[in-house]
Amino acid sequence: MKLLDLRLAALAAGIAIPLAAVPAMATDIRMAIWTANEAHLKLFNEIGAAYTAAHPDVKVKFDSRAFDGYTTTLTTQIAGGNAPDLAWILETTAGDFVNSGALVPLKAAFKASAGYDLTDVTQSSLALWSAGGDIYAYPFSTSPFGMFVNNDVIKAAGQKTPAELIASGEWTWANAIKINEAVAAAGKQGLIVRDFDYKVWDNLASIWSGWGATPWSADGKTCTFTEPPMVAAMTFIHNAIFTRKAIPGPGVTADFFAGEAAMTITQISRASLLPKENPFSWDLLPLPAGPAGEYAVIGQAGIGVFAKGKNPAVATDFLAFFTNPENSQKLAAFFPPARASLLNVEVLGKANPRLSPEQLKAVVIKGISTGKVKLSHAGFAEIQQTARAALDALWVPNADVSAVMKSVCARIQPMLAM
Amino acid sequence: MPLATPTNEPAPRKRAFWTMARREGLAGYLFVAPQVAGIIAFVLVPLGLVFWYSLHEWNVLAGSFRFVSDANYRKLLADPALPEVLGATAIFSAGLVAFNLSLALLLAVLVNQKLRGIVVFRTLFFSPVVVSLVAWTIVWGFLLQANGGINGILGVFGIAGPNWLRTPATAMASVIVVQVFKNVGLNMVLFLAALQGVPRELYEAARVDGASRFKQFRRITVPLISPTIMLTMIITIVGSLQVFAQIAVLTQGGPGTSTTVLVYYLYQQAFQFHRFGYGATVSILLFVIVAVLTFAQWQMRRRIVFYEN
Repeated sequence: MKLLDLRLAALAAGIAIPLAAVPAMATDIRMAIWTANEAHLKLFNEIGAAYTAAHPDVKVKFDSRAFDGYTTTLTTQIAGGNAPDLAWILETTAGDFVNSGALVPLKAAFKASAGYDLTDVTQSSLALWSAGGDIYAYPFSTSPFGMFVNNDVIKAAGQKTPAELIASGEWTWANAIKINEAVAAAGKQGLIVRDFDYKVWDNLASIWSGWGATPWSADGKTCTFTEPPMVAAMTFIHNAIFTRKAIPGPGVTADFFAGEAAMTITQISRASLLPKENPFSWDLLPLPAGPAGEYAVIGQAGIGVFAKGKNPAVATDFLAFFTNPENSQKLAAFFPPARASLLNVEVLGKANPRLSPEQLKAVVIKGISTGKVKLSHAGFAEIQQTARAALDALWVPNADVSAVMKSVCARIQPMLAM
Repeated sequence: MPLATPTNEPAPRKRAFWTMARREGLAGYLFVAPQVAGIIAFVLVPLGLVFWYSLHEWNVLAGSFRFVSDANYRKLLADPALPEVLGATAIFSAGLVAFNLSLALLLAVLVNQKLRGIVVFRTLFFSPVVVSLVAWTIVWGFLLQANGGINGILGVFGIAGPNWLRTPATAMASVIVVQVFKNVGLNMVLFLAALQGVPRELYEAARVDGASRFKQFRRITVPLISPTIMLTMIITIVGSLQVFAQIAVLTQGGPGTSTTVLVYYLYQQAFQFHRFGYGATVSILLFVIVAVLTFAQWQMRRRIVFYEN
């Protein structure tokens, strides 16, 4: 009996001692992102390494995916049982992710994180990512749309620069299109709504918001494409494309940052595309005033933690670290922050050395504080595709704008009412 | 009692289990085993799973997987988009098969000449087959832009080209042409092999009888290469029903829904709109269409193929 006990003890020791010698299993967490920019990745990896230094058992991996089809890739990974622990989420799909139960609530973790100061994060930036009083994603990038202009081609066409129009209080859509019409007549392209390409129609919010137009009611249940502001805005856009040739037509390719066009509507992060060799005289300005007055439109991106990820608790803790005041200041180098304390010329100026304090004040700070976040809706991908198909009838000369708007509403209303 | 007499017959030998027939049978099974395992793992099991998914409502984001019986099939039959999608699919397939086969045959006849340097032309026509499909399509996307290369060339001759990818009729034609130019070389090679298998004596005899070149082609060439015509037709039709990358890159189903073919619609439902159950139902419809068409063609082979028994 004693011999047996001895053998059992030896066996137990033989198993337990080597196990004790092995360090605790490392936890790998993966964040899906849509940037492959080396500078972005360098910063993320630095923040990840700092977290690992404080939590040696956790390793953070940033998983770059192409922007095109990003959400599709994400949902396919989830369907395949390979959900990332954290992921960037586009503002257009916020409704789907926030309301689906796919993301874990974050408020408690943010509040419990030492020095996090959740009150510093502006309420307006959190609105899209909140539901039922909790927060489901952190808006790490809150980037207003601005108008980049090429003063060289504008002057060559004999037009006043937009800065001069701002000074004289004449920076309106009517005058902006007049400039672009003249530039187009002189042989260059006029205004490019970047990434619109006659498919991503929601990017036109950067124009139609100047008419006070929205695609659906505030509660998201009623299509408002047929309302007078939207019909007027779309008529203006159609006229600018097909009659005045101030906006390149469907299928026409032109790159503002290669000096081929007079103006482009895009977010400030695109300033990095401005040419360093053979530069042209450029400026960044707020969007022109529309009939409804001055306005600003903001694009957002959030980071959420997947409930079906392998380590939601660790991922939540990492997100609180990734977006704490110190790291938010670092991230502000590329992504306009949602923290009020960081929305100043000093911080943003360091992050965007190519932008002047005036440009930062007029476009970024004012834009974030007064702008509306780009539209979003539950089931947005289907609404987007369905409206895109209906709107194709608008992108031809002599289109009946009102009739097309009616057909858009006829197609998307059943989806909105669900 | 008579004494037992020893017999000279040898005791019956135990028959060996591994007879020649069994050994050959086992070898045969072992040879086909990898293929059978592959078909089970990568065809039959996924097919069964797709059918299983089609009986469920699967919301990936919400993580819900609910049995809904035949609800997805009833929804499919009532889907208002389905007639447009099937129409676009039929136009694409018909256009692709007609253009691909006729062009492939024409090219095969042209390169079936004993001329110096003809190999260069054969290689040239075949080379797109080995080019990456997406790269090929992206390049064509640039060429087909309103201010792209094709309209640039037309402009030299004073012709204002259409906006190829933005008009329903030209968008579908463009996608068909891009796909045909990509794969016509494969059918061309198959036709070329078939053409070179036609005995020369038949043409000589026909010439002696005074048959024209066209009559020789119609009465000798076409009947004798009919098995290859049958094969290429089946391959091209099945391939045409699976077109995806060209649509995704060039038109994304537009303008309107004019180029939304069945596979692209399936992709939209499952991967863009997160309706995996309904997407699986659409894929079952695609499977049925491919199976029915292939079966129908196989049944028609006696009429199409000249010397089919």
